[in-house]
Amino acid sequence: MSDAIADKVIAIIAEQAMLEPSDVKSEHTLEDLGIDSLGLVESIFAIEEAFDISVPFNANDPSASDFDISSVRSIIDAVAKLVKDQS
Amino acid sequence: MSHRVVITGAGTINALGHDVPATLEAMREGRCGIGPLDIRDVERLAVKIGGQVTGYDEHAHFNRQQISLYDRFTQFTLLAAREALGQAGLSFSGDMADRSGVVLGTSGGGLNTQDENYRAVYEEGKNRVHPFIVPKLMNNAAASHVSMEWNLRGPSFTVATACASSNHAMGQAYQMIRSGMADVMITGGSESMLCFGGVKAWEGLRVMSKDACRPFSATRNGMVQGEGAGIFVFERLDHAKKRGAEILAEVAGFAMSSDASDIVMPSKQGAARAIAGALRDGGIDRGQVGYINAHGTGTAANDKTECAAVADVFGAQADKLMLSSTKSMHGHLIGGTGAVELLACIMALRDGVIAPTIGYEEFDPECALDVVPNEAREARVEVALSNAFAFGGLNAVLALKKAP
Repeated sequence: MSDAIADKVIAIIAEQAMLEPSDVKSEHTLEDLGIDSLGLVESIFAIEEAFDISVPFNANDPSASDFDISSVRSIIDAVAKLVKDQS
Repeated sequence: MSHRVVITGAGTINALGHDVPATLEAMREGRCGIGPLDIRDVERLAVKIGGQVTGYDEHAHFNRQQISLYDRFTQFTLLAAREALGQAGLSFSGDMADRSGVVLGTSGGGLNTQDENYRAVYEEGKNRVHPFIVPKLMNNAAASHVSMEWNLRGPSFTVATACASSNHAMGQAYQMIRSGMADVMITGGSESMLCFGGVKAWEGLRVMSKDACRPFSATRNGMVQGEGAGIFVFERLDHAKKRGAEILAEVAGFAMSSDASDIVMPSKQGAARAIAGALRDGGIDRGQVGYINAHGTGTAANDKTECAAVADVFGAQADKLMLSSTKSMHGHLIGGTGAVELLACIMALRDGVIAPTIGYEEFDPECALDVVPNEAREARVEVALSNAFAFGGLNAVLALKKAP
């Protein structure tokens, strides 16, 4: 299940970064991948649509929310938690 | 040939009050006009607050035929224009009507009309809408109705530069009178985006606060939308003097710039060029400026960038001036915001009262200027600036002087 989540999140991030999913590694930061603040907001929107979840994220203070965006891995973990909490 | 330009009338309706005296009283008291939104489908919004005009009944001001043509943003415009033109005591006919016009700012135009009618055709499945939807929703509707009601037959149009619309509009009005193209211009702006679709669109950007607008405070967490209008009568100085009009302030300088960099992130350089440009345009020395009405949206990015731009332009003088954001009280009126905020500049120059930045909780080292926290202050001010920095990187700054 969590692998499926990881694949989907990576696909969304890869599309935003205009990379192949295989080029997106879990230790990458969004900055490494060239995703800026607009790209981030778009990625979060795509994640919400793909998983039918609501992501707590305020662009004014990204570090304040529970949704950790510091790396691809942390985003996958946060999405997995949101999906789990919802079910 | 260059003419001096003065303001001889002011009008408004916004979350703080339905006219200028009520609005200025609220600003003096540091009252907050932001509260729970009362709009259809609010329960489906994540952001449920706004600076909404309350206690408002359109039927108290307009007849049924007018309401079928006036979107809420047009209604606000006409009410504010009535107040401004009543104060100026002007009527328009003959040559004077031909040499007087209307330039207004708005970003969303008749967004409530769009929202209601999209809902009717998409959600309710209706196949027919009211015949006047197009003339009601168009962005220039408000300017056209003002020109029709007061017989203003000169240059008239609408400017749409998002959050800088009103300042760009007032800058155009100023330049038209200054250059001799017109004698009187009705100017300012209006916005009414507080409908389900309007707020939902802003939610998407994730820059909105869910609780309050706290500009310059370290605890700020985003902007809050407002609605309303601010309308002014700009007039050639000698024209105003000749008829013995009361002068509220002089419009002394204006500048525009474009960041040419990012569609949403602000730029210190672009903002600084507009501020410095307005001073240069008005032949104003940095030391003369006592007050700046900030763009001050309450977002992390705007407030620190704006403070850095002011520090850049003013150098050591930056510590001597006051900078406040009245958006903390009336919310962000988007295309109408600069117009309502110009009232705070007039109050500073005329009444010697500086409107506060309310909701201020905690010092932010990246906003280390005197932001007039929480309480209004008395001060003598000779020159006041009004900043507006729009999404899209389009900046417009006005400089006002005390009435001559």
